[in-house]
Amino acid sequence: MAGTFKFELVSPERVLISVDADQVVVPGAGGDFAVLAGHAPFITTLRPGVLDVLAGGAKRRVLVKSGFAEVDPSRLTILAQAAYDVDEMTPAIIARELSAAEADLAAAKDDAAQSAADSLVNELRRISAKAA
Amino acid sequence: MASLKDMRNRIASVKATQKITKAMQMVAAAKLRRAQEAAQSARPYAERMDGVLANLASKVADKKSAPQLLVGNGKDQVHLLIVMTAERGLCGGFNSNIAKLARQDAQKLLAYGKTVKIYTVGRKGADSLRREFGKSFVERTDFQGVKQLNFDHAQGIANKVLGMFEAGDFDVATLYFSEFKSVIAQKPTALQLIPAKIPEVKDEGAKTASAVHEYEPSEEEVLGDLLRRNVSTQLFRGLLENAASEQGSRMSAMDNATRNAGDMINKLTIKYNRQRQANITKELIEIISGAEAL
Repeated sequence: MAGTFKFELVSPERVLISVDADQVVVPGAGGDFAVLAGHAPFITTLRPGVLDVLAGGAKRRVLVKSGFAEVDPSRLTILAQAAYDVDEMTPAIIARELSAAEADLAAAKDDAAQSAADSLVNELRRISAKAA
Repeated sequence: MASLKDMRNRIASVKATQKITKAMQMVAAAKLRRAQEAAQSARPYAERMDGVLANLASKVADKKSAPQLLVGNGKDQVHLLIVMTAERGLCGGFNSNIAKLARQDAQKLLAYGKTVKIYTVGRKGADSLRREFGKSFVERTDFQGVKQLNFDHAQGIANKVLGMFEAGDFDVATLYFSEFKSVIAQKPTALQLIPAKIPEVKDEGAKTASAVHEYEPSEEEVLGDLLRRNVSTQLFRGLLENAASEQGSRMSAMDNATRNAGDMINKLTIKYNRQRQANITKELIEIISGAEAL
Protein backbone atom coordinates (compact mmCIF):
# COMPACT_ATOMS: atom_id res chain seq x y z
CA MET A 1 0.00 0.00 0.00
CA ALA A 2 1.42 3.33 -0.98
CA GLY A 3 -0.05 5.19 1.98
CA THR A 4 -2.81 7.74 2.12
CA PHE A 5 -3.90 10.61 -0.04
CA LYS A 6 -6.03 13.68 0.54
CA PHE A 7 -9.68 13.09 -0.23
CA GLU A 8 -12.13 15.97 -0.48
CA LEU A 9 -15.83 15.82 -1.20
CA VAL A 10 -17.17 19.28 -1.99
CA SER A 11 -20.77 20.23 -2.62
CA PRO A 12 -21.80 23.67 -3.90
CA GLU A 13 -22.84 24.58 -0.39
CA ARG A 14 -19.84 23.40 1.62
CA VAL A 15 -16.96 20.99 2.03
CA LEU A 16 -18.57 17.74 3.14
CA ILE A 17 -15.61 15.48 3.73
CA SER A 18 -11.93 16.24 3.97
CA VAL A 19 -9.86 13.28 5.16
CA ASP A 20 -6.71 11.33 4.46
CA ALA A 21 -8.07 8.25 2.76
CA ASP A 22 -6.54 4.89 1.97
CA GLN A 23 -8.83 4.06 -0.88
CA VAL A 24 -11.91 5.55 -2.53
CA VAL A 25 -14.09 3.78 -5.05
CA VAL A 26 -15.66 6.32 -7.40
CA PRO A 27 -18.61 5.75 -9.74
CA GLY A 28 -17.17 7.30 -12.90
CA ALA A 29 -19.20 7.97 -16.02
CA GLY A 30 -17.30 5.26 -17.83
CA GLY A 31 -17.40 2.75 -14.98
CA ASP A 32 -16.38 2.50 -11.35
CA PHE A 33 -12.74 3.02 -10.46
CA ALA A 34 -10.76 2.80 -7.27
CA VAL A 35 -8.31 5.54 -6.34
CA LEU A 36 -5.21 4.73 -4.31
CA ALA A 37 -2.35 7.03 -3.46
CA GLY A 38 -0.23 7.72 -6.51
CA HIS A 39 -3.03 7.38 -9.02
CA ALA A 40 -2.34 8.80 -12.46
CA PRO A 41 -3.84 12.29 -12.81
CA PHE A 42 -7.14 12.39 -14.56
CA ILE A 43 -10.51 14.10 -14.62
CA THR A 44 -13.84 12.43 -15.17
CA THR A 45 -17.51 13.10 -14.85
CA LEU A 46 -19.52 10.98 -12.44
CA ARG A 47 -22.72 9.08 -12.78
CA PRO A 48 -25.02 8.95 -9.74
CA GLY A 49 -23.82 6.23 -7.41
CA VAL A 50 -22.13 5.38 -4.16
CA LEU A 51 -18.63 6.39 -3.13
CA ASP A 52 -16.83 3.87 -0.94
CA VAL A 53 -14.38 5.70 1.26
CA LEU A 54 -11.81 3.75 3.23
CA ALA A 55 -9.97 6.00 5.67
CA GLY A 56 -7.96 4.83 8.66
CA GLY A 57 -9.78 1.48 8.82
CA ALA A 58 -13.20 3.18 8.89
CA LYS A 59 -15.51 2.72 5.96
CA ARG A 60 -17.99 5.33 4.77
CA ARG A 61 -20.48 5.15 1.99
CA VAL A 62 -21.67 8.35 0.38
CA LEU A 63 -24.31 8.68 -2.29
CA VAL A 64 -23.44 11.31 -4.90
CA LYS A 65 -25.72 12.70 -7.56
CA SER A 66 -23.75 13.81 -10.60
CA GLY A 67 -20.56 15.80 -10.45
CA PHE A 68 -16.97 15.27 -11.42
CA ALA A 69 -13.76 13.99 -9.94
CA GLU A 70 -10.26 15.35 -10.22
CA VAL A 71 -7.53 12.85 -9.45
CA ASP A 72 -3.91 13.72 -8.70
CA PRO A 73 -1.22 11.40 -7.31
CA SER A 74 -1.60 12.96 -3.87
CA ARG A 75 -5.19 14.14 -3.98
CA LEU A 76 -8.73 13.30 -4.97
CA THR A 77 -11.29 16.06 -5.23
CA ILE A 78 -14.90 15.28 -5.95
CA LEU A 79 -17.26 18.09 -6.80
CA ALA A 80 -20.73 16.68 -6.30
CA GLN A 81 -23.95 18.46 -6.90
CA ALA A 82 -25.61 16.65 -4.02
CA ALA A 83 -24.29 14.07 -1.60
CA TYR A 84 -25.72 12.05 1.27
CA ASP A 85 -24.02 9.83 3.78
CA VAL A 86 -25.68 6.48 3.21
CA ASP A 87 -25.73 5.56 6.90
CA GLU A 88 -27.46 8.81 7.75
CA MET A 89 -30.17 8.50 5.14
CA THR A 90 -33.58 8.02 6.71
CA PRO A 91 -36.33 6.09 4.92
CA ALA A 92 -38.10 9.42 4.38
CA ILE A 93 -35.12 10.90 2.53
CA ILE A 94 -34.68 7.74 0.49
CA ALA A 95 -38.33 7.71 -0.49
CA ARG A 96 -38.21 11.38 -1.48
CA GLU A 97 -35.06 10.98 -3.55
CA LEU A 98 -36.39 7.81 -5.12
CA SER A 99 -39.60 9.40 -6.30
CA ALA A 100 -37.65 12.39 -7.64
CA ALA A 101 -35.28 10.06 -9.48
CA GLU A 102 -38.14 8.04 -10.92
CA ALA A 103 -39.75 11.23 -12.16
CA ASP A 104 -36.43 12.17 -13.79
CA LEU A 105 -36.23 8.77 -15.40
CA ALA A 106 -39.70 9.11 -16.83
CA ALA A 107 -38.90 12.60 -18.13
CA ALA A 108 -35.43 11.78 -19.49
CA LYS A 109 -35.15 12.86 -23.09
CA ASP A 110 -31.81 11.50 -24.24
CA ASP A 111 -29.75 8.41 -23.53
CA ALA A 112 -27.31 10.11 -21.20
CA ALA A 113 -30.03 11.57 -18.99
CA GLN A 114 -31.86 8.27 -19.01
CA SER A 115 -28.89 6.18 -17.97
CA ALA A 116 -27.97 8.66 -15.24
CA ALA A 117 -31.48 8.64 -13.82
CA ASP A 118 -31.63 4.87 -14.19
CA SER A 119 -28.46 4.25 -12.20
CA LEU A 120 -29.64 6.63 -9.48
CA VAL A 121 -32.95 4.78 -9.20
CA ASN A 122 -31.17 1.43 -8.98
CA GLU A 123 -28.76 2.69 -6.37
CA LEU A 124 -31.55 4.13 -4.25
CA ARG A 125 -33.56 0.89 -4.47
CA ARG A 126 -30.54 -1.05 -3.29
CA ILE A 127 -30.03 1.31 -0.35
CA SER A 128 -33.67 1.21 0.66
CA ALA A 129 -33.69 -2.60 0.44
CA LYS A 130 -30.71 -2.71 2.73
CA ALA A 131 -32.23 -0.21 5.14
CA ALA A 132 -35.48 -2.11 5.37
CA MET B 1 -47.03 76.10 18.40
CA ALA B 2 -47.47 72.44 19.20
CA SER B 3 -48.90 71.74 22.58
CA LEU B 4 -46.94 69.82 25.18
CA LYS B 5 -49.15 66.79 24.68
CA ASP B 6 -48.46 66.78 20.95
CA MET B 7 -44.75 66.90 21.57
CA ARG B 8 -44.92 64.05 24.06
CA ASN B 9 -46.75 61.98 21.48
CA ARG B 10 -44.19 62.86 18.85
CA ILE B 11 -41.31 61.78 21.07
CA ALA B 12 -43.05 58.52 21.91
CA SER B 13 -43.60 57.76 18.24
CA VAL B 14 -39.97 58.42 17.30
CA LYS B 15 -38.89 56.20 20.17
CA ALA B 16 -41.12 53.41 18.89
CA THR B 17 -39.61 53.76 15.42
CA GLN B 18 -36.14 53.68 16.88
CA LYS B 19 -36.94 50.43 18.64
CA ILE B 20 -38.05 48.89 15.36
CA THR B 21 -34.97 49.99 13.43
CA LYS B 22 -32.75 48.83 16.25
CA ALA B 23 -34.39 45.40 16.20
CA MET B 24 -34.06 45.20 12.41
CA GLN B 25 -30.41 46.07 12.67
CA MET B 26 -29.78 43.28 15.14
CA VAL B 27 -31.72 40.76 13.09
CA ALA B 28 -29.77 41.79 9.99
CA ALA B 29 -26.49 41.38 11.88
CA ALA B 30 -27.40 37.83 12.85
CA LYS B 31 -28.56 36.98 9.35
CA LEU B 32 -25.46 38.57 7.88
CA ARG B 33 -23.24 36.25 9.84
CA ARG B 34 -25.11 33.24 8.51
CA ALA B 35 -25.09 34.56 4.96
CA GLN B 36 -21.38 35.24 5.17
CA GLU B 37 -20.73 31.71 6.39
CA ALA B 38 -22.79 30.30 3.55
CA ALA B 39 -20.87 32.38 1.02
CA GLN B 40 -17.60 31.31 2.52
CA SER B 41 -18.34 27.60 2.57
CA ALA B 42 -19.48 27.74 -1.04
CA ARG B 43 -16.12 29.10 -2.11
CA PRO B 44 -14.09 25.84 -2.35
CA TYR B 45 -16.48 24.38 -4.91
CA ALA B 46 -16.38 27.46 -7.10
CA GLU B 47 -12.61 27.68 -6.86
CA ARG B 48 -12.01 24.07 -7.88
CA MET B 49 -14.52 24.50 -10.67
CA ASP B 50 -12.74 27.63 -11.91
CA GLY B 51 -9.40 25.87 -11.81
CA VAL B 52 -10.47 22.86 -13.84
CA LEU B 53 -12.45 24.99 -16.25
CA ALA B 54 -9.58 27.38 -16.85
CA ASN B 55 -7.27 24.51 -17.64
CA LEU B 56 -9.71 22.85 -19.96
CA ALA B 57 -10.65 26.02 -21.75
CA SER B 58 -7.03 26.91 -22.45
CA LYS B 59 -6.71 23.59 -24.22
CA VAL B 60 -9.59 24.06 -26.57
CA ALA B 61 -7.68 25.08 -29.63
CA ASP B 62 -10.33 24.65 -32.23
CA LYS B 63 -12.77 27.50 -31.68
CA LYS B 64 -15.30 26.18 -34.11
CA SER B 65 -15.97 22.92 -32.39
CA ALA B 66 -15.82 24.48 -28.93
CA PRO B 67 -19.07 24.45 -26.95
CA GLN B 68 -21.30 27.45 -27.50
CA LEU B 69 -21.48 28.09 -23.79
CA LEU B 70 -17.78 28.90 -23.94
CA VAL B 71 -17.37 30.82 -27.18
CA GLY B 72 -20.91 32.02 -27.73
CA ASN B 73 -23.09 31.30 -30.73
CA GLY B 74 -21.37 33.86 -32.90
CA LYS B 75 -24.06 36.48 -32.52
CA ASP B 76 -24.35 39.49 -30.28
CA GLN B 77 -27.88 40.65 -30.94
CA VAL B 78 -30.15 39.53 -28.14
CA HIS B 79 -28.97 40.18 -24.61
CA LEU B 80 -30.45 38.55 -21.55
CA LEU B 81 -30.00 40.50 -18.33
CA ILE B 82 -30.46 38.43 -15.22
CA VAL B 83 -31.12 40.92 -12.45
CA MET B 84 -30.82 39.59 -8.93
CA THR B 85 -32.27 41.64 -6.11
CA ALA B 86 -33.79 41.13 -2.69
CA GLU B 87 -37.32 40.24 -1.78
CA ARG B 88 -37.60 43.04 0.72
CA GLY B 89 -36.76 46.70 0.96
CA LEU B 90 -35.46 48.83 3.81
CA CYS B 91 -31.89 47.93 3.00
CA GLY B 92 -30.45 51.25 1.89
CA GLY B 93 -29.43 51.57 -1.72
CA PHE B 94 -29.00 47.84 -2.22
CA ASN B 95 -31.88 47.13 -4.59
CA SER B 96 -31.82 50.46 -6.38
CA ASN B 97 -28.08 50.25 -7.04
CA ILE B 98 -28.40 46.90 -8.78
CA ALA B 99 -31.43 48.08 -10.71
CA LYS B 100 -29.59 51.27 -11.68
CA LEU B 101 -26.63 49.37 -13.10
CA ALA B 102 -28.90 47.04 -15.03
CA ARG B 103 -30.94 49.97 -16.31
CA GLN B 104 -27.88 51.84 -17.56
CA ASP B 105 -26.59 48.79 -19.39
CA ALA B 106 -29.99 48.04 -20.86
CA GLN B 107 -30.27 51.59 -22.17
CA LYS B 108 -26.78 51.40 -23.64
CA LEU B 109 -27.61 48.12 -25.39
CA LEU B 110 -30.86 49.53 -26.72
CA ALA B 111 -29.00 52.57 -28.03
CA TYR B 112 -26.76 50.22 -29.99
CA GLY B 113 -29.84 48.65 -31.50
CA LYS B 114 -29.64 45.40 -29.58
CA THR B 115 -32.60 43.51 -28.20
CA VAL B 116 -32.82 43.33 -24.45
CA LYS B 117 -34.58 40.65 -22.46
CA ILE B 118 -34.79 40.73 -18.71
CA TYR B 119 -35.00 37.91 -16.23
CA THR B 120 -35.56 39.16 -12.71
CA VAL B 121 -34.75 37.19 -9.62
CA GLY B 122 -36.30 38.73 -6.54
CA ARG B 123 -39.33 40.96 -6.26
CA LYS B 124 -37.70 44.34 -5.74
CA GLY B 125 -35.77 44.36 -9.00
CA ALA B 126 -38.89 43.46 -10.94
CA ASP B 127 -40.79 46.26 -9.23
CA SER B 128 -38.26 48.94 -10.04
CA LEU B 129 -37.61 47.90 -13.64
CA ARG B 130 -41.16 47.11 -14.63
CA ARG B 131 -42.22 50.62 -15.57
CA GLU B 132 -39.38 51.15 -18.00
CA PHE B 133 -38.70 47.66 -19.31
CA GLY B 134 -41.92 45.82 -18.53
CA LYS B 135 -42.20 44.64 -22.11
CA SER B 136 -38.72 43.09 -22.02
CA PHE B 137 -39.48 40.81 -19.08
CA VAL B 138 -39.23 37.20 -20.14
CA GLU B 139 -38.96 35.33 -16.87
CA ARG B 140 -39.06 35.95 -13.19
CA THR B 141 -38.23 33.94 -10.11
CA ASP B 142 -39.10 35.06 -6.62
CA PHE B 143 -37.85 33.61 -3.40
CA GLN B 144 -40.58 34.90 -1.18
CA GLY B 145 -40.70 32.91 2.03
CA VAL B 146 -37.46 31.06 1.28
CA LYS B 147 -35.46 30.93 4.48
CA GLN B 148 -32.20 29.37 3.40
CA LEU B 149 -31.03 29.50 -0.17
CA ASN B 150 -29.66 26.24 -1.46
CA PHE B 151 -28.16 25.00 -4.65
CA ASP B 152 -31.48 23.76 -5.99
CA HIS B 153 -32.66 27.35 -6.27
CA ALA B 154 -29.67 28.23 -8.43
CA GLN B 155 -30.14 25.03 -10.41
CA GLY B 156 -33.74 25.98 -11.14
CA ILE B 157 -32.69 29.35 -12.56
CA ALA B 158 -29.81 27.78 -14.46
CA ASN B 159 -32.11 25.23 -16.10
CA LYS B 160 -34.42 27.99 -17.32
CA VAL B 161 -31.50 30.05 -18.64
CA LEU B 162 -29.88 27.08 -20.37
CA GLY B 163 -33.20 26.08 -21.86
CA MET B 164 -33.63 29.55 -23.29
CA PHE B 165 -30.09 29.55 -24.64
CA GLU B 166 -30.55 26.22 -26.35
CA ALA B 167 -33.80 27.41 -27.85
CA GLY B 168 -31.89 30.38 -29.28
CA ASP B 169 -33.84 32.95 -27.30
CA PHE B 170 -30.75 35.02 -26.56
CA ASP B 171 -27.07 35.29 -27.50
CA VAL B 172 -25.40 36.80 -24.47
CA ALA B 173 -26.40 36.50 -20.82
CA THR B 174 -25.19 38.85 -18.11
CA LEU B 175 -25.79 38.49 -14.43
CA TYR B 176 -26.39 41.53 -12.21
CA PHE B 177 -25.86 41.15 -8.52
CA SER B 178 -24.19 42.90 -5.64
CA GLU B 179 -20.75 41.75 -4.71
CA PHE B 180 -20.11 41.53 -1.00
CA LYS B 181 -16.90 43.43 -0.29
CA SER B 182 -17.43 44.04 3.39
CA VAL B 183 -20.21 44.85 5.81
CA ILE B 184 -20.14 48.50 4.78
CA ALA B 185 -19.25 48.09 1.11
CA GLN B 186 -21.32 46.27 -1.47
CA LYS B 187 -20.61 46.74 -5.12
CA PRO B 188 -23.22 46.17 -7.81
CA THR B 189 -21.55 44.00 -10.42
CA ALA B 190 -22.25 42.76 -13.92
CA LEU B 191 -20.90 39.32 -14.72
CA GLN B 192 -21.05 37.79 -18.16
CA LEU B 193 -22.50 34.33 -17.83
CA ILE B 194 -22.87 33.11 -21.41
CA PRO B 195 -20.46 32.91 -23.20
CA ALA B 196 -18.55 32.00 -20.08
CA LYS B 197 -15.84 34.31 -18.83
CA ILE B 198 -13.03 31.90 -18.08
CA PRO B 199 -10.59 32.89 -15.36
CA GLU B 200 -6.97 32.99 -16.41
CA VAL B 201 -4.71 30.25 -15.16
CA LYS B 202 -2.67 32.12 -12.60
CA ASP B 203 -0.54 29.40 -11.16
CA GLU B 204 2.14 28.33 -13.57
CA GLY B 205 2.59 25.09 -11.65
CA ALA B 206 -1.07 24.20 -11.97
CA LYS B 207 -0.83 24.76 -15.67
CA THR B 208 1.90 22.24 -16.23
CA ALA B 209 0.37 19.80 -13.78
CA SER B 210 -2.91 19.81 -15.63
CA ALA B 211 -1.23 19.20 -18.94
CA VAL B 212 -0.82 15.56 -17.99
CA HIS B 213 -4.40 14.99 -16.91
CA GLU B 214 -6.38 12.46 -18.80
CA TYR B 215 -10.03 13.00 -19.43
CA GLU B 216 -12.87 10.59 -19.38
CA PRO B 217 -15.07 10.26 -21.39
CA SER B 218 -13.31 12.97 -23.46
CA GLU B 219 -12.12 16.53 -23.04
CA GLU B 220 -15.02 17.93 -25.02
CA GLU B 221 -17.61 16.04 -23.05
CA VAL B 222 -16.11 16.93 -19.70
CA LEU B 223 -15.88 20.56 -20.78
CA GLY B 224 -19.48 20.61 -22.00
CA ASP B 225 -20.65 19.12 -18.73
CA LEU B 226 -18.57 21.53 -16.69
CA LEU B 227 -19.79 24.58 -18.56
CA ARG B 228 -23.40 23.73 -17.78
CA ARG B 229 -22.48 23.24 -14.16
CA ASN B 230 -20.56 26.49 -14.21
CA VAL B 231 -23.72 28.42 -15.03
CA SER B 232 -25.51 27.17 -11.95
CA THR B 233 -22.40 27.60 -9.82
CA GLN B 234 -22.06 31.23 -10.86
CA LEU B 235 -25.75 31.82 -10.26
CA PHE B 236 -25.45 30.23 -6.85
CA ARG B 237 -22.49 32.44 -6.06
CA GLY B 238 -24.52 35.46 -7.15
CA LEU B 239 -27.41 34.45 -4.91
CA LEU B 240 -25.18 33.98 -1.89
CA GLU B 241 -23.22 37.18 -2.42
CA ASN B 242 -26.48 39.02 -2.87
CA ALA B 243 -27.91 37.58 0.33
CA ALA B 244 -24.85 38.67 2.29
CA SER B 245 -24.85 42.10 0.65
CA GLU B 246 -28.52 42.60 1.36
CA GLN B 247 -28.08 41.93 5.05
CA GLY B 248 -24.95 44.06 5.24
CA SER B 249 -26.71 46.88 3.48
CA ARG B 250 -29.74 46.59 5.72
CA MET B 251 -27.58 46.54 8.78
CA SER B 252 -25.84 49.81 7.97
CA ALA B 253 -29.07 51.42 6.79
CA MET B 254 -30.81 50.50 10.02
CA ASP B 255 -27.82 51.59 12.04
CA ASN B 256 -28.10 55.02 10.44
CA ALA B 257 -31.82 55.12 11.00
CA THR B 258 -31.38 54.25 14.67
CA ARG B 259 -28.82 56.98 15.10
CA ASN B 260 -30.98 59.54 13.31
CA ALA B 261 -33.91 58.64 15.50
CA GLY B 262 -31.69 59.14 18.56
CA ASP B 263 -30.67 62.60 17.36
CA MET B 264 -34.26 63.46 16.69
CA ILE B 265 -35.35 62.35 20.14
CA ASN B 266 -32.65 64.52 21.74
CA LYS B 267 -33.72 67.55 19.79
CA LEU B 268 -37.39 67.01 20.51
CA THR B 269 -36.72 66.46 24.20
CA ILE B 270 -34.82 69.74 24.47
CA LYS B 271 -37.59 71.54 22.68
CA TYR B 272 -40.17 69.90 24.91
CA ASN B 273 -38.33 70.91 28.11
CA ARG B 274 -37.91 74.51 26.95
CA GLN B 275 -41.58 74.73 26.16
CA ARG B 276 -42.49 73.26 29.53
CA GLN B 277 -40.25 75.71 31.36
CA ALA B 278 -41.61 78.61 29.36
CA ASN B 279 -45.12 77.59 30.36
CA ILE B 280 -44.15 77.43 34.03
CA THR B 281 -42.46 80.82 33.87
CA LYS B 282 -45.48 82.29 32.19
CA GLU B 283 -47.79 80.98 34.87
CA LEU B 284 -45.54 82.33 37.62
CA ILE B 285 -45.47 85.75 36.03
CA GLU B 286 -49.26 85.70 35.81
CA ILE B 287 -49.58 84.80 39.50
CA ILE B 288 -47.03 87.37 40.62
CA SER B 289 -48.43 90.19 38.55
CA GLY B 290 -51.89 89.23 39.77
CA ALA B 291 -50.70 89.47 43.38
CA GLU B 292 -49.00 92.83 42.71
CA ALA B 293 -52.12 94.30 41.24
CA LEU B 294 -54.01 93.81 44.48
